[in-house]
Formats: sequence, C-alpha cells, structure tokens
Amino acid sequence: MHELSITQSVVDTVCERMPDATVRRIRLDIGRLSGVVADSVRFCFDLVAEGTVLDGAVLEIVESPGRARCRACDAEFEVNDLLALCGCGAQELELLAGQELMIKEVEVAA
Amino acid sequence: MCATCGCSDAGGVTVTDAAGSAHQHVHGHGHDHGHDHAAHEHADDGHDSRTVTLEQAVLARNDELAERNRRWFADNGVLALNLMSSPGAGKTTLLERTVAELGIELGIGVIEGDQETLLDGERIRATGAPVVQINTGAGCHLDASMLADGLRTLDPATGSMVLVENVGNLVCPALFDLGEDSKVVIASVTEGAEKPLKYPHMFRVAQLVLLNKIDLLPHLDFDVERFLDGARRANPRIEVLEVSATRGDGIDRWYEWLRGRHAQLQ
Repeated sequence: MHELSITQSVVDTVCERMPDATVRRIRLDIGRLSGVVADSVRFCFDLVAEGTVLDGAVLEIVESPGRARCRACDAEFEVNDLLALCGCGAQELELLAGQELMIKEVEVAA
Repeated sequence: MCATCGCSDAGGVTVTDAAGSAHQHVHGHGHDHGHDHAAHEHADDGHDSRTVTLEQAVLARNDELAERNRRWFADNGVLALNLMSSPGAGKTTLLERTVAELGIELGIGVIEGDQETLLDGERIRATGAPVVQINTGAGCHLDASMLADGLRTLDPATGSMVLVENVGNLVCPALFDLGEDSKVVIASVTEGAEKPLKYPHMFRVAQLVLLNKIDLLPHLDFDVERFLDGARRANPRIEVLEVSATRGDGIDRWYEWLRGRHAQLQ
C-alpha cells in the first residue's frame, strides 16, 4: 500500500517546513487520476501523524477531477479513469489535470 | 516499532552486497521525526490560527532524489532500467538469462528489490554478475533513496548498465521515480490478458512491456491480441515484445532493445 509512504511524505514535509508549529488542519489535493486512494491516506493519517506537529490535525482532501485533451481532435473534456477514450474514438489523450498530489495548505495555531 | 511510519528495525530497509558479507541497516527513515513536545503544550490555547499556503508536491523529496540519481547516471554514461511486474511473472528468471548472456558485453549490474530474503540476489550472483539486494521490509516498492543506497554499494562502472528489479507489485512502484532511463513491465501469459486494463497506471508509465512465458501459450487460454489491445489502450506508445525467459523465444529482440538503449547513451 503506497498510501502509507505517501502519507509519510506528507507528514515529513510539514515537519521539515514547520518544525515548531501546531497544525490544526491540513488540506491535500489528491487528483482522481493520481493513483493514490484518498480513503487509504485518511486511514493511515492519524497513525503517521501521531507524535508529530500534525498530531490531532484535521485532514481535508480535495479530489480534483481529471481533464484531458484529445491528441487527434483537440477536444477537451473531463476524464475519471486512465482508460477513457475521446468521443471521436481516439485513445491518445494528454492529461491536463487529475494527477495532482499536493500539500495545499495548513492551518496552524497562531 | 516506530510510531511515525509503522516500520521496525526488523522490518526496515536493508542493502546487502550479495557478493560479500556486508549487511547494514541504512534506512534511518531519511528524516528525524521532529517530535516537538513544546508545541503541544499550547495546542489548546484559544482558537487563533493562521493558514499557511504550502503548494508542495507530496513526492517532491523522492523526485528530487530521483533527479539526482538521473544526473549521476547521465554523468557516468550508465543506463538504468526499472523492471516491474506482479510476483511470479518471471523477472528474476529473465534477469538471470539476460546477465548470463549479455552481462559481460554490456557490463550489467543488478539491484534486486524484495520485501524479504536474499534469494533473488543469490540467484543473480550465481551468474557471476555484480548484484546488490535491497530488502524493503514492510515497503511495497523501491524509492529513489533506496536506489541511491543500492548504487553506493553496487558502484557501477562508467558506461555500464544497471537493471533494477523492483518489488513484485503492479500498483505501488508505478508512482515512484527512481531516476531510471526507462521503465519495463514484465507480464506473463499465465496471468490473464486483462492485466493492462486492470493496472493502467503501471502500463501508462512504462516504455516497454515484455510478455513472458509465451512457450506456455499452447497450454493456456490466453488471448495475446486482447493483451496487446489493453496495453495500447493504457499507453498508445508502448512497445511490446513477446519472450520466453526459460526457452529463449523472442529473447534476441529484448537483447537488441537493450543494446539499442545502451548505445544511445554512449
């Protein structure tokens, strides 16, 4: 389950950037085409955050929808799986969004 | 057990030089856990808070280390390939044959990733090729930091080739850049033709698929065309070679592919 490593990276990054903070809330963007399951990150978060600046923080996850552009006809549309086809029948899509794996912001005690 | 990431010393990452007896625990997490108990004392003081925008990629650290590996490979003219498959697709058998037949010509060294045991490393060592075994413990994939540790032990020569056998898993390794030149997926005809559609992330990031065990086709109900369609659906640019690592069918085309990639780098 790579979500454990992903969650560990989130916690490490925040601990490195704000070693003295008390984080109350953290917001992640996990795109729907990122290959990371948001529920699994939620499952790991409390255990991984325990004893760190994120201990007790509320985890918010935004799941950005996927967007793609067809390389054949240039149409742009929403996609929510990697096997989507363009309406024109073409398979080759350029992914424009949905692969995000970002720490957006944290709310820290003032 | 470490309360932060759930690993334990017994389950931590180890790098073993399969040619010698060195066996070191090198994981150390790559971070300190940053326990700041002073901060907790004020956690309940009022409700004043501020929002800090970070906008940082979660895998930034891995990607940075992967870039460092990539630069090292480029500076030293070393071709690195990341070999991935589900357990039992025949990665190690393919590697054994490849290093036995091409190891000296291309200067191949191997980094073996497995959760536990030195068994695969020992199989490669028996061919005479340099090999380092990385045991990931609880980890389900190699990452760029583990590869960097493995490279320090393997110490590949200028102009050589490093074949990295990732942990057998068609999901997790797809997300972690190691700094390799190309990703190669090994699938086998005993697994079912729908694998590319079930694991599109893995097929999407690969440059080459080796469809292994084709000598067994007469005994199986495996639709090669369906597999190829699925692979192209997941990744229209993917190249697929049909091989048998045990019998040698199609193996020359794999060797030509390796020679071609290696020559491009020199």
